[in-house]
Amino acid sequence: MNSAAIMVRGLNVFYQQYQALHHIDIDIESNKVTALIGPSGCGKSTFLRSLNRLNELIEGTRTEGQVVIDGVDIYAEDTDVVKLRKQVGIVFQKPSAFPMSIYDNVAYGPRIHGVNKRMVLDEIVEKSLKQANLWEEVKDRLHASALRLSGGQQQRLVIARVLSVNPAIILMDEPASALDPISASKLEDLIAELKTTYTIVIVTHNMQQAARVSDATAFFLNGHLIEYQPTEKLFVHPRDKRTEDYITGRFG
Amino acid sequence: MKPFGNRREQLIYYTICSGAVFVALTLVAIVAFVAIKGVGCISWEFLTEIPSRMGKEGGISSAIVGTLYLTLVALVLSVPLGVGAAVYLTEYQPRVSRFTRLVELSAEALAGIPSIVFGLFGFVFFVIFLGWGWSVLSGGLTLALMILPTIMRTSQEAITAVPVEFRENSLALGATKWQTTSKIVIPSALPGIITGVILSIGRSVGETAAVLLTAGSALGMPVLPTDPARSMAVHLYFLASEGISMERAYGTALLLIIMILIINYLANLSLRRFSYRLKG
Repeated sequence: MNSAAIMVRGLNVFYQQYQALHHIDIDIESNKVTALIGPSGCGKSTFLRSLNRLNELIEGTRTEGQVVIDGVDIYAEDTDVVKLRKQVGIVFQKPSAFPMSIYDNVAYGPRIHGVNKRMVLDEIVEKSLKQANLWEEVKDRLHASALRLSGGQQQRLVIARVLSVNPAIILMDEPASALDPISASKLEDLIAELKTTYTIVIVTHNMQQAARVSDATAFFLNGHLIEYQPTEKLFVHPRDKRTEDYITGRFG
Repeated sequence: MKPFGNRREQLIYYTICSGAVFVALTLVAIVAFVAIKGVGCISWEFLTEIPSRMGKEGGISSAIVGTLYLTLVALVLSVPLGVGAAVYLTEYQPRVSRFTRLVELSAEALAGIPSIVFGLFGFVFFVIFLGWGWSVLSGGLTLALMILPTIMRTSQEAITAVPVEFRENSLALGATKWQTTSKIVIPSALPGIITGVILSIGRSVGETAAVLLTAGSALGMPVLPTDPARSMAVHLYFLASEGISMERAYGTALLLIIMILIINYLANLSLRRFSYRLKG
């Protein structure tokens, strides 16, 4: 077993009166891709968003328990949320390039963290776009608006934007579900490349995708973590009847 | 394209079509009338000289400067306040908040108050109570109060329309609330904000009663903010109502229309430049 990049203990998340997550315990390994699967409303996205404290942007959310990243409980009172979010990046379902140039999109993160030297920014932008497999497609029009890119290109731009602040962990919330099959497959290739450097946690509705890209898979149902195993084992020999029912398509 | 199914459809078509034609014709008629009557008195002297003999002779340069000066003072105060209030209500207050509702109701009520009432307030408060007299400052501040609700409400709508994803993505990159607001939210909302500002400029430039009560009707060139000033609309009012010179009244009206068209054109131009940079 690799060392755990993220250690979660007794995590409960509430929206007003509604409890979205029930006592989640899970260790997520570093430099692996961990997939979170389960039917809509099972809490997998809530869980993902709890890993960089994005849930608290929604009014009336309450979180209990521990999420330990890099030896620090991120819900401790003295945690610097800005630093945490720099360390734990997220890619959302809807590709959302900012209404500015491609260059400015990628440079946005470094700039807000105080990098202003043109040469350094140039370097970060190029490196991040290369890592996101977008450089070749946009290197001649870095100063054109990012909104002209296709959905798949925008999603890779968003990934480059996340990479630009040099995170250790990348969260992805159904990153391919708004993309066409070709763009989605490019994105899957990219995920495979990225895991050598980053720890990736990905929420997906697509079971084949989970099986293809992930090393470990966690199955959520009604706010509970039902089963967490290496992906091969979970898909071939699920321990729990509910997992088996879900992956064989009996509900969901 | 004539989607006539039957006579009834045909009747409805011509009825609503005549509405559109009527709107266009009214505009053309008024502008053409003013232009024909006013173009004769427009000359270099008319643009550059101060009025003499109450406007019977000379030009209207001081009124042009007065109009721009008053509008500028009004914008300098109302744009930061209005946009600031909008940002506060949309970004820093919970979505359902009593305070927000209260401010919105106040703004709506304020927007519905006739301008002469703002003039009366400005006269009593700025001119007399604060002792600023008839001045560009008193007039500009009165106009600022008048256009403040428009600027706030249009900005609020523009900011609310910025996708939530932009904010989430920015915050998730480790940006602070203010970085997100100033670098992502406000720039994205700028086209909508500018539209509100253009509407407000139109109202300030055309305002007569409130300006007359607070900035006065002096004919001299206003230099300091404490100087009294006469706006073009006020000048027009005196020229026409006191029968000083109808020809010059039309000339002033024509320049007023041209000025508003130029302002709108420039604002649209900068808007298009800006959104081109954003959207390509």
